Amino acid sequence: MSATTALVTVPAEHAARRKAQWYRVPALMAGLTLLVIILFMVIGAPLLTSHNPDVQDLNAILGGPSSQHLLGTDQLGRDTWSRLLYGGRVDLQVAFIAVLFPFVLGTVLGSLAGYFGGWADLIIMRVVDIVVAFPFYVLIIALVFVLGPGESSIYIAITAVGWVSYARIVRGEILIAKRQEYVLAAQSGGLSHLRIMGRHLLPNVITQGIIYAMSDIVQDILAIVTLSYLGLGIQPPTPDWGTMIANGQNFLTTHWELTTIPGLAVVVTGLALSLIGDGLADLLRPGQS
Amino acid sequence: MTGPVLEVRDLQVQIHSRRGVVRAVDGVSLEVPRGGAVGLVGESGSGKSMTLRSILGVLPPEAKITAGQVLLDGTDLVPLPTSALNRIRGPKLAMIFQEPMSALNPVMRVGWQIAEGPQVHLGFSRSRAAERAVELMYRVGIPDPERRFKAYPHEFSGGMRQRVMIAIALSCEPEVILCDEPTTALDVTIQDQILRLLAQLCQESGVSLLFVTHDLPVVAQLCQELAVMYGGQLVERGPVADVFSQPSHPYTLGLLRSAPDVEEVRDSLVPIPGSPPSLISPPAGCRFHPRCAFAEADCRQTVPPLRLLSSGRATACLHHERCLESARAEAAR
Amino acid sequence: MTDNRAPATADGPLLSATGLSVGFSVGGSVVAKLRHEERVLRAVDGVDLTIDRGEALALVGESGSGKSTLARALTGLVPLNAGQVALDGRVMGKRRSRADQRRVQMVFQDPYSSLNPRLTVAGMLHELLRVHGIVPRAEVDSYSRELIGLVGLTDDALPAYPRQFSGGQRQRVAIARALALRPDLLVADEPVSALDVSVQATILNLLQELRSELGLTLLLISHNLAVVRHLCDRVAVMYLGRIIEVAPTAELYAAPRHPYTRGLLAAIPRMTPGTGEGAPAVTGDPPSPLRIPAGCRFRTRCPIAQERCAHEDPELTAPAGRPAHLAACHFPLDPPPGVTPGTAASTTTASTASTAGPAAASAKEEPSPSQS
Repeated sequence: MSATTALVTVPAEHAARRKAQWYRVPALMAGLTLLVIILFMVIGAPLLTSHNPDVQDLNAILGGPSSQHLLGTDQLGRDTWSRLLYGGRVDLQVAFIAVLFPFVLGTVLGSLAGYFGGWADLIIMRVVDIVVAFPFYVLIIALVFVLGPGESSIYIAITAVGWVSYARIVRGEILIAKRQEYVLAAQSGGLSHLRIMGRHLLPNVITQGIIYAMSDIVQDILAIVTLSYLGLGIQPPTPDWGTMIANGQNFLTTHWELTTIPGLAVVVTGLALSLIGDGLADLLRPGQS
Repeated sequence: MTGPVLEVRDLQVQIHSRRGVVRAVDGVSLEVPRGGAVGLVGESGSGKSMTLRSILGVLPPEAKITAGQVLLDGTDLVPLPTSALNRIRGPKLAMIFQEPMSALNPVMRVGWQIAEGPQVHLGFSRSRAAERAVELMYRVGIPDPERRFKAYPHEFSGGMRQRVMIAIALSCEPEVILCDEPTTALDVTIQDQILRLLAQLCQESGVSLLFVTHDLPVVAQLCQELAVMYGGQLVERGPVADVFSQPSHPYTLGLLRSAPDVEEVRDSLVPIPGSPPSLISPPAGCRFHPRCAFAEADCRQTVPPLRLLSSGRATACLHHERCLESARAEAAR
Repeated sequence: MTDNRAPATADGPLLSATGLSVGFSVGGSVVAKLRHEERVLRAVDGVDLTIDRGEALALVGESGSGKSTLARALTGLVPLNAGQVALDGRVMGKRRSRADQRRVQMVFQDPYSSLNPRLTVAGMLHELLRVHGIVPRAEVDSYSRELIGLVGLTDDALPAYPRQFSGGQRQRVAIARALALRPDLLVADEPVSALDVSVQATILNLLQELRSELGLTLLLISHNLAVVRHLCDRVAVMYLGRIIEVAPTAELYAAPRHPYTRGLLAAIPRMTPGTGEGAPAVTGDPPSPLRIPAGCRFRTRCPIAQERCAHEDPELTAPAGRPAHLAACHFPLDPPPGVTPGTAASTTTASTASTAGPAAASAKEEPSPSQS
């Protein structure tokens, strides 16, 4: 073996260069910065406000911004600033959890369809087609209406509708990845299908799912806000951006800030998550290494 | 007219990448004699394809010719605008690519693709150009040309598609055809057919070939002259038979020794140690010295120029005598 | 590396395949299957093949000949339509057990797609070693180092990801991965065709060294007849899903019996300048595997085809006195003048001298003095 043992070393520079690059993607950095600020604000809500968001003060209804109430008060005299912070808590928490279930379900079903093909693929993808045939919001609203308002209904509805996108993305990626010879190599190594899917295929295809999840959170926040606006989502008195918008609507001509401020919060949060999604797509795009 | 039909003088091509400036072609000079076939040999990343693309003026957008001349019949092509180049591409210079499927228009009948050149460049009428296309298809050995005129590229096999490419290249009777690994994607029996067709067409029409490949035996079969590239530079040039029998650059010697031969079974292959150089920060001195068995102290400092040896041969090795000696010793055994 | 071969249990061949057929349905959706409308591409169409312990057998052919599919069928990676594969005389089931699967390992053509980009070298080796229990858990790490040294890499390769390697180094990793399971048969599918010319030799030399050091049995799939001649004891030539000629290497190159083999050999560009004129060795294109000609499948391109070839499918037969040289042709070629098949074998070097067997593998060459 003497002839070949020498000479072969591993260039380490590639890895170092790749690792050093993630913070150079401007979209990712901007999105992360925004999200960190938003998360800090909603998590640190008790530090940023001394008002209880649920306490009504009928002596101070519809007050403008003041030193007491930074963003004024609503029609029941509740502090808008603290309702905004605590409402964000609820909305973000529900959205992050709501994105998890469809992500997992869609990834599993998409992997099965893509990897095994045949009947599994036929059945799963026909179900996908059926779900996709209905408009997103119509289906979610109908489901929540049937299940009754509340958080668990939101989770169930969003999972039932949202998994199809993940299934499609993951299936497509698996179809491409499973033609790679490393999958054949794993098969010839006598590894089980479960192991090949979990350890060899998924890590190579999941990035597309994660990128999509970022934009999906935005959609989920909008869905939750919409449901709450319609009275089907987060139930009063729990503060929530959708309910705030709905309530403020009655005073649009006199107190436009009551709807605009929570609306702006939705927009900024959506922007942050979209930027992260774009940045991740840039960073993880194939051929980047 | 005498003298070479195509001459490349001190060509430099740089590619701007995120990691730095890649000096893909670094001072290459070569000549294609009228009616001759020159093989340009090198590994991937040696700059052979970039050299070819610079000649035709079809470099990728991030690559730029920074110095040098490309003389076709004495006219420098480098400063010419695209409009002037378009009058040269086709009637004077043509190219055959490695992958005929991507070089052909998938939604255009092959006959009309062949007829396009004569229509645009030679002012042929539609019917006359079509006649010419059928005649060319017959010449390149496409069976039943009248019927297959109306076929689309996907109806052809790989070998037939490459014949179509050759017909397109020949359609305006160019002086030089540039070939970029045209047989690499083909099976060996089909490669044999295409190589013999090219040799026959060269002899009939007197067209010159510049043939880029990584495959030395292909050059042996088709070309009279050979130029070897390494790390963006030309390291050796000369008649094929001489270079093969007496390589004067260690890299050429290494290539010859490392490839198994169908004719004789060798005891063991002698690989070239190490790997090709980085073209962003190439080794100082001779670019081959880190992999060279004959390297001495001066090889690490002096950049060896391409020196003329006897009988039309040139080498870029400071110690080419030692290389010749080693080749001779091996031949004697 | 300690001896990891299973003891030779039988005198028979290590691997024998009989009546092997593999087909792929083309445009085969589930709906087409229900309607029985699918068309089947017969990639491998009735192949018999034996591989002896310790020999290096080459499978050559052009694209579409089915050589890669046959290799994958022998490795158990594609389902068989018909036929069976036996190891040491024991027929393996339709779905191979993990223990059977271990015994035939494969090195793939493209080292850029055959290594999982998300796994380190150590990660992929450890997984295989643990799943198969090749060595006790405590020794997994040291055995990995041994493997990586065996293919000529240093220990710092273990924590590295595939993207950190060059093509040649990747192929070494792929070979180490295949050897990790101590296979009885190593199948190498075009192991050097994706590599640069100057790197190919290092991998070919490595394969040759592994053969002589480990007594490895090798099935090499290649379109490069020079590589095959360099590395193998015996050659099987495939055309449109069939083996049309099998012979000891030296004999096949000196005196091919099938017209296709003769054409294939003549089509290889030679290092001798000025050999490029005259008619091509084989004319025409190979037919589509979807429309295999009746009778002899080579007859559409055969220079000596006769009426009989259109009707009768020729069997693989050997001439008197040369039982190892099988060819499927009704009108097999005579040896060219000056070559008698008996002497052809003796004029070649040790690496291709014998038809089969470990004797050839142990013939290690002397180091070449010109190397220094």
